[in-house]
Amino acid sequence: MATGLTLKELSKKEDRLTHGHRMCSGCGAPTVVKMVLLATDYPVIASNATGCLEVSTCISEYTAWKIPWIHTAFENAAATLSGVETMYRSLKKRGMIDKEIKFIAFGGDGGTYDIGLQSLSGAMERGHDMIYICYDNGAYMNTGIQRSSATPLGADTTTCPAGSVIPGKLRSRKDLTKIMAAHNIPYAAQASPSHWMDLMKKVKKAHEIKGPKFMNILSPCNRGWRSKTNDSITLSKLAVNSCYWPLYEIEDGVTKITYTPKEKVPVAEFMKPQGRFKHLFAPENEWLLKAVQEEVDKEWEKLQKEAKCG
Amino acid sequence: MAKVVAVTGNEACANALRQVNPDVCGIYPITPQTDMMQRFASFIADGKVDTESILVESEHSSMSACIGAAAAGGRVVTATSSQGLALMWEMLHIASGDRLPIIMPVVNRALSAPLNIHGDHSDAMGARDTGWIQIWSENAQESYDNTIQAFRIGEHMDIRLPVMVCLDGFIISHSIERMEYLEDDEVKKFVGEFKNFLPLLNLEKPISYGPLILTDLYHEYKRAQHEVMTKVKDVVLDVAKDFEKMSGRKYGLFETYRLDDADIALVILNSAAGTSKDVIDTFRDKGIKAGLLKPRLFRPFPYEEVAEALKSVKAVCVMDRADSFGGYGPLFMEITSALYHIKERPVLINKIYGLGGRDYLPSHAELVFNELNEIAKGAKVKNIKEYIGVRE
Repeated sequence: MATGLTLKELSKKEDRLTHGHRMCSGCGAPTVVKMVLLATDYPVIASNATGCLEVSTCISEYTAWKIPWIHTAFENAAATLSGVETMYRSLKKRGMIDKEIKFIAFGGDGGTYDIGLQSLSGAMERGHDMIYICYDNGAYMNTGIQRSSATPLGADTTTCPAGSVIPGKLRSRKDLTKIMAAHNIPYAAQASPSHWMDLMKKVKKAHEIKGPKFMNILSPCNRGWRSKTNDSITLSKLAVNSCYWPLYEIEDGVTKITYTPKEKVPVAEFMKPQGRFKHLFAPENEWLLKAVQEEVDKEWEKLQKEAKCG
Repeated sequence: MAKVVAVTGNEACANALRQVNPDVCGIYPITPQTDMMQRFASFIADGKVDTESILVESEHSSMSACIGAAAAGGRVVTATSSQGLALMWEMLHIASGDRLPIIMPVVNRALSAPLNIHGDHSDAMGARDTGWIQIWSENAQESYDNTIQAFRIGEHMDIRLPVMVCLDGFIISHSIERMEYLEDDEVKKFVGEFKNFLPLLNLEKPISYGPLILTDLYHEYKRAQHEVMTKVKDVVLDVAKDFEKMSGRKYGLFETYRLDDADIALVILNSAAGTSKDVIDTFRDKGIKAGLLKPRLFRPFPYEEVAEALKSVKAVCVMDRADSFGGYGPLFMEITSALYHIKERPVLINKIYGLGGRDYLPSHAELVFNELNEIAKGAKVKNIKEYIGVRE
């Protein structure tokens, strides 16, 4: 019998990413991974792009992974897993394996939006039966907070620093979830660890759908966001409630908003506690803060329209 | 019973792969390899093999997927050339570092720029230090035979390393030659069942592939890779012995041609060895003791055996179909390293020939042998390294 998604039931399950890994205190990524792996009772094999999650969970003679896990390089978590999944199908066809196994790739935004986009696009187009999960913290955090194409407009990073002439990143984020949905894959979704039930339901649903699935999950990084270590979930909630990070899914081309905030809070409330946006609250950068709010509003409206159209 | 056929090198390799019937194959087009994987894709489409193919979107993903598939636990193949091998470069190190016996025919082709699709050895020489076993092939027959033997070598439980089987682009990949196929069941029996080692798909024993290893142990891991390479020679020879029993064709670490009593000799890889052998015969007819050494196993390189074979020659020209700009040709560097430890050693010169598919003609070999003949008689070496067949 499958485990129900209730705290009582879930608390009895063993973590598949165990304690003792070396992710930073307050990091969103291990929380996201634990939720993802708790959401299913199926055996899971994971691949992992080079990045914080990878370098901190499998060092020298130790591993925090209680499931079969493979890391090969930065840009190819999807391609690597597509190989594992293909071998599984081949051996299953030849009668050498009979178990039902699920496949999940984990990559950060650098390894997914940027350097891994081709590998991801290829794997999704080929139709491998797997879920690709991007834990999106909005920059190359492992190498020291460099700008990625997931870095939000206005953010201060080490390669787009807020200087006296240029006030941080002047480009908007790439909308990866929509890009993946445009591959006409059966399931693409966005989730946040603040809304754990929504996140886990989506993972569970994705596992029951045959073919390639993509999930983009917000993953606060207190080092890069320059926020308090105990603020990850609060900030995730503000990201959702400001509609900076709306929760939705696109199943067979039908868009559904899975959570609508009772009251849409200004995006400044999400940004204010984060050092990476500090400069936007100076009077000379008011225009940029306004531009961020306008963009969030525009995208939220667009998403609502898409959801209405079905 | 052997079947005599007239086929291209690509067709020969594709048929070797068909007979092996691997579990997974990564497929991506690149000239001049394309035709090999196209043929293999037809074998899949026509049910001649039950291999699962991955029609990847780049060679980088091809090697990544092959690594994933091999780690999952099964027999994995792909093939490439030139830019494709260059794009794989990062992943080649990971395939060998993870000790995954992936088998890959490499149809040798020049590297850009300028863009050129024809045969030279720049691609595989660029992959020399990636930790792969490299076996080189003169013609379609050798390409076929080496591909079959590669499975036994790479998958040997003492080795577990990926293997490149090199053959010359167009000259061999696209030229039709007479050769002999083995029977399907003979090949199947020779290669045997794939033996798993720490497969990811074993849920009973979850394994983590690809850890972070820093200053504490990285050095030791690399030494382990070096040590396993030292065992490859013996396995190559054992496999060759078994292969000879089945096919009647003899293979070693390298081939020698009229070398035993030679005063002058060429060291030359792959297809150009054939042309050189013809020229050697004409020199022998003139009473000049010319000979040849054609390396087969290039990584690991059999330094001692090569030195032993060349030590009595007076003058040797190492022929490189690739260059290390600002250095000597890559094969020359190996041969000089091999001979350095011998007291009485031949005089060595290095010629760069045939880049980007430039024809290697008998007249080129004749010029080289004439120069070697003078050197053997005491003439001074004018240039250690020189381009031949070059338009001025």
